[in-house]
Amino acid sequence: MATTEEIRADLADIVNEVAGVDADDVQLDKSFVDDLDVDSLSMVEVVVAAEEKFGVTIPDDEVKNLKTVGDAVAFIERSQG
Amino acid sequence: MAPIAATTGPAHTRIMGMGSYRPKRLVPNSEVVDAIASSDEWIQQRSGIKTRRWAGPEESVQMMSVEASRIAIERAGLEVGQIDCVVVATVSHLLQTPAVATAIAHELGTDGAAAFDISAACAGFCHGIAMASDMVRAGSATHVLVVGVERLTDILDLTDRGTAFIFADGAGAAVVGPSDTPGIGPVVWGSDGEQFDLIRQREDWRDVVGTETQPGSGVMPHLTMQGNPVFRWASFAMAKIGQQALDAAGVSIDELDVFVPHQANMRIIDAMARSMKLPATVRIARDVADQGNTSAASVPLALDRMMLEGEARSGDTALLIAFGAGLAYAAQVVTVP
Repeated sequence: MATTEEIRADLADIVNEVAGVDADDVQLDKSFVDDLDVDSLSMVEVVVAAEEKFGVTIPDDEVKNLKTVGDAVAFIERSQG
Repeated sequence: MAPIAATTGPAHTRIMGMGSYRPKRLVPNSEVVDAIASSDEWIQQRSGIKTRRWAGPEESVQMMSVEASRIAIERAGLEVGQIDCVVVATVSHLLQTPAVATAIAHELGTDGAAAFDISAACAGFCHGIAMASDMVRAGSATHVLVVGVERLTDILDLTDRGTAFIFADGAGAAVVGPSDTPGIGPVVWGSDGEQFDLIRQREDWRDVVGTETQPGSGVMPHLTMQGNPVFRWASFAMAKIGQQALDAAGVSIDELDVFVPHQANMRIIDAMARSMKLPATVRIARDVADQGNTSAASVPLALDRMMLEGEARSGDTALLIAFGAGLAYAAQVVTVP
């Protein structure tokens, strides 16, 4: 079972690859839109990459609730659990 | 039961020549931003589009098609009389019948070529190439003219933030004919009608006109699109289809020279290229930045431009993939003429 920190680090790598954001900036309290400048299209790419990486399904309706990195990590943890 | 004779054609086909017509008027982002309360920066960031071409009153679907077709036929080294079938892919010829292909075939001066339109939206041109190739191989036609043409500005809502800055006008044409070696690979195509509403004409024509009890809207039924789900489908599901077309043609991704995806949006093109893990040596069509999204015309316009600018050379191996409303898609590997 991956730890919260492991999921955050893997997600940070994805955000870095998709949107060019420094992986160290991708911390749990950061907002994708306001802090990391990840727009809605990049968010779609992050979600698809995360689905593959973590073996979870993130429905379109759920994406709008994932405002912060912590929201996304928590969703992935719940889905994996 | 009387025996029925069967026809056969040549074993292989190729694209013999390409042509295009771009409307004269170049429209910068600054001309479209006010109506959608947007900015040049936002449009470029969301789509990579800097300018688009919009047709003037004299640049009709038929006129643009004929101009592009004449060039394609000449580059194919043919006389117009040798064209025996004309297939036109479009969703923006607003006279429902007859098919505009018949008028195009006549204006070009064909000898009564078979002529019909196909409706597969942005995927139309690649559907047309597949059908043309099969018709030639089956012996139903010898030289097929395939046109992708749109005047999307006629059905564009200039106040719709999801579409106004994206769509544009133009025509591209290709001549498909017999070949000694395979020049058009197997098509990989399909549809997903469950997502019928993602990109569509907003309302039925009957709702525009109305009935005695239900007044019509009286306004042109514009195009609508749900951007994010379309982005997801196009960027990822279509990348898999591109790989399937390579596999069907027996071409490895390292053997690919040119990638010509439907010019929907630069973000989709970039995401597809990443998703397919295209080698850096593959040259990618990026016509959308200057031309906008011309639906059925986008793939031939983009390929023709790469040929004119030396980015695609005769004999190069190119992957064409087109996708859009339906959702419908088609992809094939071709040899650049």
